[in-house]
Amino acid sequence: MNRINKLFSEKKKNILSIYFTAGYPNINDTVEIIKTLDECGVDMIEVGMPFSDPIADGPTIQESSNRAIENGMNIKVLFKQLLNIRKITQIPIILMGYINPLYQYGYTNFIEKLIECGIDGVILPDLPLDDYLVSFKELFDKNNLSYISLVSPNTSAERISKIDKISNGFIYVVSSSSITGKKSIFSDNQVEYFNRINELKLINPTIIGFGISDKKSFQVACNYSNGAIIGTKFIQSISKSKLRESVKNYISSIR
Amino acid sequence: MKYDVNKTGYYGKFGGSYIPEMLYSNIEELNKNYLSIINTKSFNKNFNYLLKHYVGRPTPLYFAKRLSKKYGSKIYLKREDLCHTGAHKINNTVGQILLAKELKKSKIVAETGAGQHGVATATVCSLMGMDCIIYMGEVDISRQRPNVERMKILGAEVRSVTSGSKTLKDATNEAMRHWINNPNDTHYIIGSVVGPHPYPDMVARFQSVISEELLLQLKEVEGREYPDYILACVGGGSNAAGIYYHYLDNLKVNLVGIEAAGLGIESKKSAATTQLGKEGVLHGSKTLLMQDENGQVTEPYSISAGLDYPGIGPLHAHLYDSKRGQYLSVEDNDAMKAGIELSRLEGIIPAIETAHAFAVFDRLNIKDKVVVVNLSGRGDKDLETYIKWGKY
Repeated sequence: MNRINKLFSEKKKNILSIYFTAGYPNINDTVEIIKTLDECGVDMIEVGMPFSDPIADGPTIQESSNRAIENGMNIKVLFKQLLNIRKITQIPIILMGYINPLYQYGYTNFIEKLIECGIDGVILPDLPLDDYLVSFKELFDKNNLSYISLVSPNTSAERISKIDKISNGFIYVVSSSSITGKKSIFSDNQVEYFNRINELKLINPTIIGFGISDKKSFQVACNYSNGAIIGTKFIQSISKSKLRESVKNYISSIR
Repeated sequence: MKYDVNKTGYYGKFGGSYIPEMLYSNIEELNKNYLSIINTKSFNKNFNYLLKHYVGRPTPLYFAKRLSKKYGSKIYLKREDLCHTGAHKINNTVGQILLAKELKKSKIVAETGAGQHGVATATVCSLMGMDCIIYMGEVDISRQRPNVERMKILGAEVRSVTSGSKTLKDATNEAMRHWINNPNDTHYIIGSVVGPHPYPDMVARFQSVISEELLLQLKEVEGREYPDYILACVGGGSNAAGIYYHYLDNLKVNLVGIEAAGLGIESKKSAATTQLGKEGVLHGSKTLLMQDENGQVTEPYSISAGLDYPGIGPLHAHLYDSKRGQYLSVEDNDAMKAGIELSRLEGIIPAIETAHAFAVFDRLNIKDKVVVVNLSGRGDKDLETYIKWGKY
């Protein structure tokens, strides 16, 4: 059982997960943001590994990614920053990113570093399931790492079951057919989709993401799942000069 | 065929389908249906009718007498520049819009670099009465003004892309994002042999009408259906894929792809992917990709908007990797000179993309050989660039 599994076994409702882009607003903010989020009572953290061409993301995360890359962030630097993170916090940490930077870093090197730093899992939106099975699964299972997959409103029930069997940790339920950072109050169609997923009685818990921006949308999302992920709105609320204060203010507006 | 795509969507180690889950059902729908649709009699009847009567096919195979004399070989030009809208791009858009109709899609989104694919897409959307949104980089909008206006006249909405290098790569990102946001009613017409499987194969099949005609036309003039050399410029590589297609397994034919070296391979202002790229994943496929040591995609540069792309289609990556194809690169200046040379010797002003393919005769052993150059597009859209360059 890793920290993600432990979290879900102890807490079934209102899990708040926060996404931010590593290296934004400043290159060395990563550890400080994690520490502050932990202190504020956030349940889980997704650390984005920036990529130049993030096709599943809207303008905010494109911009934070570009700034992070300009600041000098890359996978090597990120692992250096995270090397001692487990001396500071036991909050579940997930790395999220597109496949090309990992491909250059080397999959095996990447997995070794995850273990060394005490990272609990990954979300890799553009990695095909078959590639995961061939290149990752054995080492992930052996080292108790979580592989978290996305499902969208157009994912068939059959495919959701397949994804559920392969995944470990939780299922990332993309709230609508969209990229990140779209505003939304859930429509009837979305509610129907959330109910449809609940009726499938999945092995893994579910977390809703994309379009969650404030207390209200967080609470509504939590009615249909074990919790929700906020990314875009959090990134927009971070202040470069008053980092800790801005993080605390935003989290207290949700909780 | 040895160099064809395999059942899982790979050309050797290149290709595949690296897409977020939000696009999975769209790609799966295409994958399940594209072959069965494009192999039906009724599809082919419609496709061939439009290619003949609307696009103006077959395009001529023209013997370039004065150019041949200069280089001591027999140079033929496959006149894709004479297609309706001025380039080979429309072969693909006619095919894809018919496919989109079969899939019951009502809206079309596309990316464009030089604007040729955008114009070809706007044209077929107008023909079929479908809504059309074209993403185009801000930089390309300013250097391909006439094509922007053509798209607008045809009724398309042109959306300016201001992220990244503001060129073709970024326009492709935005078109993919648009498709993620509108998966149910929209079909994405990719303009080159790039993107997730089945796009590279589908686009190559629609463009293969070029080599299909060439087989017959060469037989007529040369008594054999294959040339010694085929030359084509390569950005993503759709015109090259189209003219190579029926010759991929005929090893007597030397396949030569010409990439844009920009200001020079070493200048950091280049788009010569086979020279500067390494294996990577962009826009849904594993291919050769210009990138830094951390896997961030490098911003390419070329004087021609259509070659200004940091990757190449997975078919070309495979042809390069397996040494079936030879890939050369040509700098901006040499491409411009070659464009002027073709204008002066044969009375044809080529697109600047296409001009790159005319700049390598000296570097190939083509004496007394039969050479076919794919004259993929005409230069009307590039007049401003020719004028700015000025040396004519």
